[in-house]
Amino acid sequence: MSDALTITGLDCFYGEVQVLREFALDLRRGEVLCLLGRNGAGKTTALKAIMGLVPAHAGSIKLGDVELTDLPAYQVPKAGVAYVPQGRRLFSEMTVAENLDIGLMTRGKGAATREAVLELFPVLRERLKQRSGTLSGGEQQMLAMARALCVEPDVLLLDEPTEGLMPSMIARIRETVARLRERGVSTILVEQRVDAVLPVADRVAFIENGRNREIVDVQRLRDDPHLVRRYVGVG
Amino acid sequence: MSFGPHLLLACLEGLVTAAVLSLTALGLSLVFGVMRIVNVAHGEFFMLGAVLAWWAASLAGGDPVIGFLLALVISPLIVGAIALLSERLVLRRLHYNPEATIVATIGLLYILQQAALSLYGPEARPVPAPFNVRIVLPWFGYSGYKLFVIAASASLLVATWLVLTRTRIGLVMRATQYDRETAQAFGIPVDRVYGGVFALGAMLAAVAAVLIVPIQQAHYLMGRDPLLLSFIVVIIGGLGSLRGTLIAALLIGLSDGVISMFFSPTLAKMIATLAVALVLVFRPQGLFGTAQR
Repeated sequence: MSDALTITGLDCFYGEVQVLREFALDLRRGEVLCLLGRNGAGKTTALKAIMGLVPAHAGSIKLGDVELTDLPAYQVPKAGVAYVPQGRRLFSEMTVAENLDIGLMTRGKGAATREAVLELFPVLRERLKQRSGTLSGGEQQMLAMARALCVEPDVLLLDEPTEGLMPSMIARIRETVARLRERGVSTILVEQRVDAVLPVADRVAFIENGRNREIVDVQRLRDDPHLVRRYVGVG
Repeated sequence: MSFGPHLLLACLEGLVTAAVLSLTALGLSLVFGVMRIVNVAHGEFFMLGAVLAWWAASLAGGDPVIGFLLALVISPLIVGAIALLSERLVLRRLHYNPEATIVATIGLLYILQQAALSLYGPEARPVPAPFNVRIVLPWFGYSGYKLFVIAASASLLVATWLVLTRTRIGLVMRATQYDRETAQAFGIPVDRVYGGVFALGAMLAAVAAVLIVPIQQAHYLMGRDPLLLSFIVVIIGGLGSLRGTLIAALLIGLSDGVISMFFSPTLAKMIATLAVALVLVFRPQGLFGTAQR
């Protein structure tokens, strides 16, 4: 498989503090790559850097042949990258339909895309006129994913989508990620819990102190639990 | 005149104040809500609107209708362009930092005020109303133009509400208001939205000034009262809340009209300022404000 997204030598700072150090990553087409690491390791910053929300001080982020670090942040989603932020970050005063419209506007997608997304999340169809801030936690996560899928992304970035959700909802999220993989969407999934990652990932990247220490196939992770203990601290 | 008709007259005067105030305050509220900027120069955009209305009316060669229509088109456009230029040259370079932009807009206030003094002069100059119709009620006669001001302001407010709630531009502005970072992550060019909102806010103030200048006269210091009253309205109504701005403008405008007529304009201002203090103590987000990200 060729790479959908390639990051090389990426340095990012928050003020004076360096958060990513020569960060490198390759995301293959149609795969689910999980970023695992402790709090503060740099996982969320890596996603924000891809979206252009944290400026790259050095290095390269390529989506196919397009250099994303050359683009202003608002053009990154137009190039085909969609983002589901940590904590969902819905426009909570807007209705479900308006949140989807924001996603649809991004790359000028229309009714067909909206229908396809609502087929993935049928519960949202019944709530289109409801204010998104009044949805349950699980429904809000579905809306956050639906809004991102309205972009019709080639690359999807998911930041801790299972955080604070019931097991049944976590299973729904995993199932959706698996279906997206079948459709050829490449996904970077940030998680802190290994059990949330194993059933859905193809490969896992261990992030520590702003660096990608190692990328392993998920089968190797199943065979060698010490790997997880080394980087994440729990088994 | 007995109490009832006297009260009706006071309410009509209050409605005129409320109509113009709601347009001016809406501009300030949009800038405050979307950009998180306290635009201390907002009153000067109002003043520029009035001064440019006088200039446009003088271009029309004495025909009050053409002069008024010309002012209604030219004045907001020029004020909007000046606001956009200020946003590009000053606010954007300060990265919209809340503290720095307060100081910058204070500077802008003085630049615009002194430019008006230099180019327009210290005199208060009248602009003729486009029509002089007197509506005769059983108790008193009332200016038809003032009723037109109320109707025109109401129409503009409804139009603004429709733009904000029913159009793609409105959706983009609201998304930027609620969460700037997420808006960018969905392809919204936040910097351009900021430029547009700052210009729109100034244009609303300019339109309000064009409407009021046949009643009040244009003067280079006329921006102070609208600024103070707009801040009062925005604080009472709640940051960025269109509904809150309208209701607060109506309350402040009506109370200003009634209290000014029965007691004194100074007492009306004192009560409005007291209301702001009470809102800040007991409901700092305003009557209709919501928590912002």
